[in-house]
Amino acid sequence: MNFTIPDLYPASAEIFVLIMACVVLLVDLVAGKSRRWMAYFLTQLTLIGAFAITLFTMDGRTVLTFANGFIDDTFSDILKLVLYFSVAVVLIYGRSYMAERRLENGEFYLLVLFATLGMMVLISASHFLTLYLGLELMSLSLYAMVAINRDSAVCTEAAMKYFVLGALASGLLLYGISMIYGATGTLELPGVRQALYFNSANSKVLVFGLVFVVAGLAFKLGVVPFHMWIPDVYQGAPTAVTLFIGSAPKLAAFAMAIRLLVMGLFELAEQWQTMLMLLAVLSIALGNLAAIAQSNLKRMLAYSAISHMGFMLLGVLSGVVAGDPRYAVPAYSSAMFYAVSYVLMSLGAFGMILLLSRAGFEAENLEDFKGLNKRSPWFAFVMMILMFSMAGIPFFVGFFAKFAVLQAVVAAGHIWLAVFAVVLSLVGAFYYLRVVKLMYFDPPADTTPIRAPFDMRLLLSANGLAVALLGAMPQAILDYCAYAFIGGR
Amino acid sequence: MTEMQKLYLLVPLAPLAGAIIAGLFGKAIGRAGAHWVTILGVAVSFVASIFVYQDVAAGNVFNGTVYTWATSGDLKFEVGFLIDSLTTTMMLVVTFVSLMVHIYTIGYMHDDPGYQRFFSYISLFTFSMLMLVMSNNFLQLFFGWEAVGLVSYLLIGFWYTRPSAIFANLKAFLVNRVGDFGFLLGIGLIAAYTGSLNYADVFAQGQKLASTHVELFQGEPWTLVTVICICLFIGAMGKSAQVPLHVWLPDSMEGPTPISALIHAATMVTAGIFMVSRMSPLFELSDVALSFVMVIGAITALFMGFLGIIQNDIKRVVAYSTLSQLGYMTVALGASAYSVAIFHLMTHAFFKALLFLAAGSVIIGMHHDQDIRNMGGLRKYMPITWITSLVGSLALIGTPFLSGFYSKDSIIEAVALSHLPGAGFAHFAVLAGVFVTAFYSFRMYFLVFHGKERFHVHAGHGHDAHGHGQHGTPHESPRVVTVPLILLAIPSVVIGYLTVQPMLFGDFFEGAIVVSEQHPVMAELAHHFKGALAMGLHAFVTAPFWLALAGVALAWFFYLKRPELPQAIRAKFGLVYEILENKYYFDRINEVVFAGGARLVGRGLWKGGDQGLIDGIVVNGSAKVVYWVAQITRLFQSGYIYQYAFSMIIGVFVLLTFWFNRG
Repeated sequence: MNFTIPDLYPASAEIFVLIMACVVLLVDLVAGKSRRWMAYFLTQLTLIGAFAITLFTMDGRTVLTFANGFIDDTFSDILKLVLYFSVAVVLIYGRSYMAERRLENGEFYLLVLFATLGMMVLISASHFLTLYLGLELMSLSLYAMVAINRDSAVCTEAAMKYFVLGALASGLLLYGISMIYGATGTLELPGVRQALYFNSANSKVLVFGLVFVVAGLAFKLGVVPFHMWIPDVYQGAPTAVTLFIGSAPKLAAFAMAIRLLVMGLFELAEQWQTMLMLLAVLSIALGNLAAIAQSNLKRMLAYSAISHMGFMLLGVLSGVVAGDPRYAVPAYSSAMFYAVSYVLMSLGAFGMILLLSRAGFEAENLEDFKGLNKRSPWFAFVMMILMFSMAGIPFFVGFFAKFAVLQAVVAAGHIWLAVFAVVLSLVGAFYYLRVVKLMYFDPPADTTPIRAPFDMRLLLSANGLAVALLGAMPQAILDYCAYAFIGGR
Repeated sequence: MTEMQKLYLLVPLAPLAGAIIAGLFGKAIGRAGAHWVTILGVAVSFVASIFVYQDVAAGNVFNGTVYTWATSGDLKFEVGFLIDSLTTTMMLVVTFVSLMVHIYTIGYMHDDPGYQRFFSYISLFTFSMLMLVMSNNFLQLFFGWEAVGLVSYLLIGFWYTRPSAIFANLKAFLVNRVGDFGFLLGIGLIAAYTGSLNYADVFAQGQKLASTHVELFQGEPWTLVTVICICLFIGAMGKSAQVPLHVWLPDSMEGPTPISALIHAATMVTAGIFMVSRMSPLFELSDVALSFVMVIGAITALFMGFLGIIQNDIKRVVAYSTLSQLGYMTVALGASAYSVAIFHLMTHAFFKALLFLAAGSVIIGMHHDQDIRNMGGLRKYMPITWITSLVGSLALIGTPFLSGFYSKDSIIEAVALSHLPGAGFAHFAVLAGVFVTAFYSFRMYFLVFHGKERFHVHAGHGHDAHGHGQHGTPHESPRVVTVPLILLAIPSVVIGYLTVQPMLFGDFFEGAIVVSEQHPVMAELAHHFKGALAMGLHAFVTAPFWLALAGVALAWFFYLKRPELPQAIRAKFGLVYEILENKYYFDRINEVVFAGGARLVGRGLWKGGDQGLIDGIVVNGSAKVVYWVAQITRLFQSGYIYQYAFSMIIGVFVLLTFWFNRG
């Protein structure tokens, strides 16, 4: 056995984040409670630095390193850029919330960084083990973050559920991976694809493995019937953590789906596409219908997330038609567009909850949004944009995301699926518009003036406007998403 | 982006910026701020339009995309400009009239509380109209089309506390929906059959459309291009107020007068005329559509003129005159004399804007009394308004050498040369229309500016819009009102003489307007044309001149010489008067048949469809489904981990059995 030093250059962003995470740990240890801002700024600095590194090392080439375990391509670069951005937004939105509840510990930032690192590794995985490594690094950090308010029974309960179910899902995934390894004799994703291409694998074992892999993936995406943790965790976790769970990991889960299914198991597309179809149909139906019955906004958004992830799967499952991969790039890029725009809208929506909440008061019930227009017309307007966009009303970005996905679905010939999705989106519009109705037509139940740091107000306004304005340039975003796939080939 | 392209962008964006600033920050910048910023925006736009005009006159035509909004399959949605001679003509007319109206508004709306809002609207209108005329594709055309309609709606209902204004703007809205329905169908057909929304692409496939047949009725194949053109023209009928979709325009006079001048006389209502000219490559392929256009125009030109005779509201007289003149333009379109239609559109824009603004000036002078029976002898009190009104009226009736003469005479001659079915009727209608136009124009002119001063008697009864109650003798309007009148009077006199040669018989519209060889009207017209001066001199031996003179003479006889005669005639011809008074019963028919029918259908749908089907099955049904799903979800979402895990295992189990059995 001989050791060679692998090419570290493609992983320089990951290495930077890892080093900085250690620095944050040390600095926070020394700085103590009064200088908590140092950890915050160092974390933001890390994200900016990583952004710069990824941006400047982005050259459109595909490089494998760490014994083919790590891949650096345009797909990973573009997703990582969005990832840093969304994590930075999470920190800005969540900071005062955490501080008011005395939860702004050094470990919060540390966990955020480690989760980010995990997601980065997951996005860049080209090997089943790297993928699993990234997944676990992200998940373990998330479990801990949900439980960050140790004294709260609700938080610890949610964290416990998340942890146990997550462990189960990991088990399923590992089991599936081992099956596939058994069938193909390799753990490298491109190798798996090649083995499948030359038809040298046992198909019974493969399908067996595929089912378990899809189950593990479905848990991370939170689609029915692997969604049970989502409402409980979204509601139980501190809102700032919910914001985190509801945004960046969705990108990572999307990347995981693409890496596993497209990069590795592409030859089985006919099989997994029908599985995803079942999951997507169930998610869109249950997510939209159950959300109507919720009175807790965080829970409502949890069910909304379930339906959105189902919608995103529609794009992933439209790539191959009768063995013909011609539609693959438009379909996958539409799913990516959906994931990115969902993250943008989700950031804004949870950001609004954070904006309205204050020490001792969680603005997590629908009631708390009553008469917001009277209290702050501007933020009521921002929330309205976000809700309209989530409901898919033209011409906000959410509409074009839905439109692109539906276009892919129709191109793949699943007209009934598109009709089904549209009808349930209409049903879903009800609960989004109810929020708008509460804000504009009901008298306020709470008249405390809204106080929030300037940077958060500014960013939240920009977030809402971005959702509105990006609707004017859907083609540009879609082109970037397509570039992620074409460049990566 | 080249310098010229930046200039193209500047033309519509400068008024938009003005509209946004005046609209959103109206309170902050105050009244003077609002009018300065919007006037500046429109002035910039006007100056830029002049540069663009010079560039186009030098032979530079631009057709390109500025921004691609979205792509759906092969269909592209773009923002793009097509800058050619037709566009620049419209740009100059729109920006110039708009600028005059902006200045005039300072005086007219002086005491209105909605001052900033008004300026914001008219600048927004200018932006929308420019987007409409500069478009190079149907999507943007439709956007501009709807946007000008929206602003028109907002402005008709500008004084939204008056029930009559709300009624009028609702009416305009509904009638225009009918037209837009046809327009949208036409655009839809184009998109469906050509796969493009870009003018150039569509025109290139014109022959294909002309050879495709569709069967609208069993056994009667129509060429597709005919169907498309008629659909598009229905849109034009709504916007340009052609019979039977004209009913909204007279009521639109509820809006402030500057709006009547800008939107409901000079620019927006001519959008339909412009659109048909722009689509000339398509219309030329269908004789049926051209005949249809010509007949509709002829009916409008003549019969709307008659209505002008019996109106007593000063603005309504001008409004019916506008309807009639729009009919003239439409007739010209039908005769394939597109350039003549655009020429008349331009001259009409100047003298009709002038007449409206003069009417507004009279209204200010009369303290917001609009009834011409209460006026008379105003020439002593309002000399500038008097002279400019006289100029406008003379131009309107086609006095030789004034602008209206050149355009109207060309229309009459062009129709005489057309051989399409319906051309004979159209020729009669436009000739008779000359007499009618002269009669109602001078009836109004004599009643307002000459004769006995009647306002002393009636002064107390005037319905006052602003309630500033001091009645007395009329007075001349302030300079911000009279200067635009003078500036508009100048082109009303000279523009026809100066431009008739290049616009009609030169190659100015070369490439912008297409006339097929089957309709050689313009070529024959050019054959007779021997210069603007000769044309003016020749007029004295033609029928239109004598008809106009007869109209003026009759008006003079009836309203100055023997003012008791009209009453006697009215008594004698009660039935005719009744029909005219009721505007041929269009409104009544609309209210009974369409509004009543719609209410009937609505009631049926409400009882059967809404209460039975929607409330009963869909709403309550879906509520039940939601409740049911929520119950089931609640059952599973118990909070117990083992149930959650169980659900996951079941999921895996189902997937496994499913896909194993499939093989």
